[in-house]
Amino acid sequence: MLNASLRQLSSLLSEKKISSTELTGEFLTRIKALNPDLNAFITVNEEKSLEQARVADEMIASGQSTPLTGIPIAQKDIFCANGWLTTCGSKILSNFISPYDAAVVKQFDQAGMVNLGKTNMDEFAMGSSNETSYYGPVKNPWDRLAVPGGSSGGSACAVAARLAPAATGTDTGGSIRQPAALCGISGIKPTYGLVSRYGMIAFASSLDQAGPMAKSAEDLALLLNVMVGFDERDSTSLQRKKEDYTQSLERSVSGLRIGLPKEFFAEGMSSDVSSAVEAALTEYRKLGATFVEVSLPNSKLAVPVYYVLAPAEASSNLSRFDGVRYGYRATQYTNLEDLYAKTRAEGFGEEVKRRILIGTYVLSHGYYDAYYLQAQKLRRLIAEDFTKAFEQCDLIMGPTSPTVAFNIGEKCDDPIQMYLSDIYTSAASLAGLPGMSIPVGFGNNRRPAGLHIIGNYFREAQMLNVAHCYQQVTNWHELTPLEINR
Amino acid sequence: MQWETVIGLEIHVQLATRSKIFSGASVAYGAQPNSQACAVDIALPGVLPVLNRKAVEYAIRFGLAINAAINSPSIFARKNYFYPDLPKGYQISQLERPIVEGGHVTIRTGDKEKTIHLTRAHLEEDAGKSTHEGFHDKTGIDLNRAGTGLLEIVSEPEMRSSTEAVAYAKALHSLVRWIGICDGNMQEGSFRCDANVSVRPAGSDVLGTRCEIKNLNSFRFLERAIDYEVARQIDILESGGSIIQQTRLYDADRDETRSMRSKEDAHDYRYFPDPDLLPVVIPQEWIEQIREKLPELPEDRRNRYIQDFGLSAYDANILTAARELADYFEQAVKHLPEQSKLCANWIMGEVSGRLNKEELEIDRCPVNPEQLAGLLLRITDGTVSGKIAKDVFDSMWQGNGDSADTIIDAKNLRQISDGGEIEKWIDEVLAANQQQVADYRAGKEKAFNSLVGQIMKISKGKANPAQVNTLLKKRLTE
Repeated sequence: MLNASLRQLSSLLSEKKISSTELTGEFLTRIKALNPDLNAFITVNEEKSLEQARVADEMIASGQSTPLTGIPIAQKDIFCANGWLTTCGSKILSNFISPYDAAVVKQFDQAGMVNLGKTNMDEFAMGSSNETSYYGPVKNPWDRLAVPGGSSGGSACAVAARLAPAATGTDTGGSIRQPAALCGISGIKPTYGLVSRYGMIAFASSLDQAGPMAKSAEDLALLLNVMVGFDERDSTSLQRKKEDYTQSLERSVSGLRIGLPKEFFAEGMSSDVSSAVEAALTEYRKLGATFVEVSLPNSKLAVPVYYVLAPAEASSNLSRFDGVRYGYRATQYTNLEDLYAKTRAEGFGEEVKRRILIGTYVLSHGYYDAYYLQAQKLRRLIAEDFTKAFEQCDLIMGPTSPTVAFNIGEKCDDPIQMYLSDIYTSAASLAGLPGMSIPVGFGNNRRPAGLHIIGNYFREAQMLNVAHCYQQVTNWHELTPLEINR
Repeated sequence: MQWETVIGLEIHVQLATRSKIFSGASVAYGAQPNSQACAVDIALPGVLPVLNRKAVEYAIRFGLAINAAINSPSIFARKNYFYPDLPKGYQISQLERPIVEGGHVTIRTGDKEKTIHLTRAHLEEDAGKSTHEGFHDKTGIDLNRAGTGLLEIVSEPEMRSSTEAVAYAKALHSLVRWIGICDGNMQEGSFRCDANVSVRPAGSDVLGTRCEIKNLNSFRFLERAIDYEVARQIDILESGGSIIQQTRLYDADRDETRSMRSKEDAHDYRYFPDPDLLPVVIPQEWIEQIREKLPELPEDRRNRYIQDFGLSAYDANILTAARELADYFEQAVKHLPEQSKLCANWIMGEVSGRLNKEELEIDRCPVNPEQLAGLLLRITDGTVSGKIAKDVFDSMWQGNGDSADTIIDAKNLRQISDGGEIEKWIDEVLAANQQQVADYRAGKEKAFNSLVGQIMKISKGKANPAQVNTLLKKRLTE
């Protein structure tokens, strides 16, 4: 049951071999047992989840179910969920019960899926290790000394440890793909604008994009079918014809042209990750794909550009957390200025403050042109590199992360090293392109490695198809951490 | 030394849309505090702004009315600062590529006419309100106003006196109401002025250091604040000091401006394009549609009234001060095409006077233009005298929509031009006033008027005054 695919769970539910209440209960029991150590969830609310499960069971009984009705899903704590504590991994929202549902939460609710709880994350999605969470670090289920990656580390851990059949994540510079890679699961960040950002707490609005995290590409396709859609409440949401992402999963990849950016296969990638990626590419060759070397000359600037633009937007997006209307407020203050200063000094963690400072600096009078504007220009060049590359290939592949999961605490004091975890993922984010990560084996200490697939705009179906074909001939995605399986 | 005053105005116009500029909440004034602030307005985590199409349309309408350029794409930017009545910690406004750029309006002071150029007009959201009354040691926040759409209209520093500044503000006030984008209610804050004031030696073409005066919510305050500020600056300069660039607040109770903050404390607003709102592309066809629906503008009407109706510039200015007034006038003239001057006189005189007295706006006038024209027709054809007409007007004002003719007949007010009848009144008055007849004949012209007055009186005002004059003169010179 724990390793069952969403399709299998769907069959069991519709054939009434199991009820949603039983299924939800089973996962809740697992969470109760394993979460105290893994710390994947910030909030679990058995009562609310089981109530939703009962509603799902009624939907199934009355024949009103969708393919995903009754299946539990864990929600990253960045999504507002009506009546749920919604913290975004921060102390400053430690008392915030959302009065409304994010678009993503609502979509899954309407599909009859059960909210299993709110998963841990780096504070305001700022981090690559889940160590910036106010609610403590999340452990990597493959090796509890290791980080799960971030910022969607709780979601990645929950799926990898089989605490949930699927989870939602958000990705600003790699926050779905990097933890998916480090936890050995599959995750996709769709083209910017495909999934509504309404109710998703903003980090960097021009980059933030929600996506599903699950065991396999097929599961991702089913979840994406629910998540993608135009939302008039989000002005950056795209109006497109609805697509069925499961339709072309089985298509042959023979003749597929895979672009390999020479910049991604240069120094920086550790040898264990390199071997795993090479092995995956060999599988693709066997499946009939061809390879072409492409160049993304400006991609080396992606991390610095990202760390100008994302903090700039964040410094403004996080201004609303001022202790005036909701959330944490300092208890002792002498005047308005002091209320703001103390509330934010006490309510935000170190990494969030660092990024607010960087963002405030780059937007300041006299620095704007040199940093923000310059970064915007480079962002365009980075996007143009991809446009050129896609003239030569259908998809781009490379490593998701330069290394396998590092140890908890290892990079905490070195933000630059931490930021370089996103070296392969941030370029696609800046270009607004879809990117995904699938597990392709293990590196040092039997920690998972991920293959990064970048598609052209709106080519999610093709990416899922390509990932699915790989998963038909390999079983990395089916493996579970030994300890967890006991 | 002779000093020249230099003034530029920034005017915030609240747009008369039904909902807010980035949310669906109502903008109606005077509701219970915080009852009209939705999730977007109070900036809950995760909410996003969606631009109100009508607000854009109104801005375009304004741009077209002042002959400005409409920028496409137009860009929204965030202006970052912390204040409790600014829920997001930033105001969505515009910096580069404001929706409206350039344009001009004509102002008139006395018989002088001047063109004032506009720098720009941009869309932005209003903040909420902080209130310190009724909360002991605390501040109350009302977010009903937060997110209301504003058009900030910035002029070039081309005004040279408080009189010109007021004339400009009034011209804009009239225009935004004329084109229906703002209700113009200054008490409720729908139309707010900030003035940038500086002085320089006459003849200089270098701008002096300016001060910005905030919170001028009436034309009178605008005038007085500028006058005070100009005097203050001249005082400082003449005593050898220099002006410090600062923001000053006008205190109406003490009739003075005082420093709010100086340039050194000025915020760095860290403007940057709002990533939640894409650049707004405005199709030319849409602009043309808006242009087609634009009403005839006050300046055009004013010129037409002078040319087609032969009104004086003064009359034309007054009648085109508000669209409702001008419409009223045109309706009246439509029913009485040959008598536009008489219509103008009555509307500016009797009608406006009565409206002022009863504190009514022209669109609530109990006498409609058709009724008025019906009455004026009876003056021109001699049915009633001007004096009787005022009584009829009074009856119409109190009445139930009766026409002038109905009232004249019912009250038997028809003017008497019948010579025989008038002669009888003359006989009666002359017989009773032998002394005045003698006085007149002895050369006292005044006596004549007194006699006319008495004849009118016994005719109950119905005698045709012109005829009374002629017949009386004839009798007295016999």
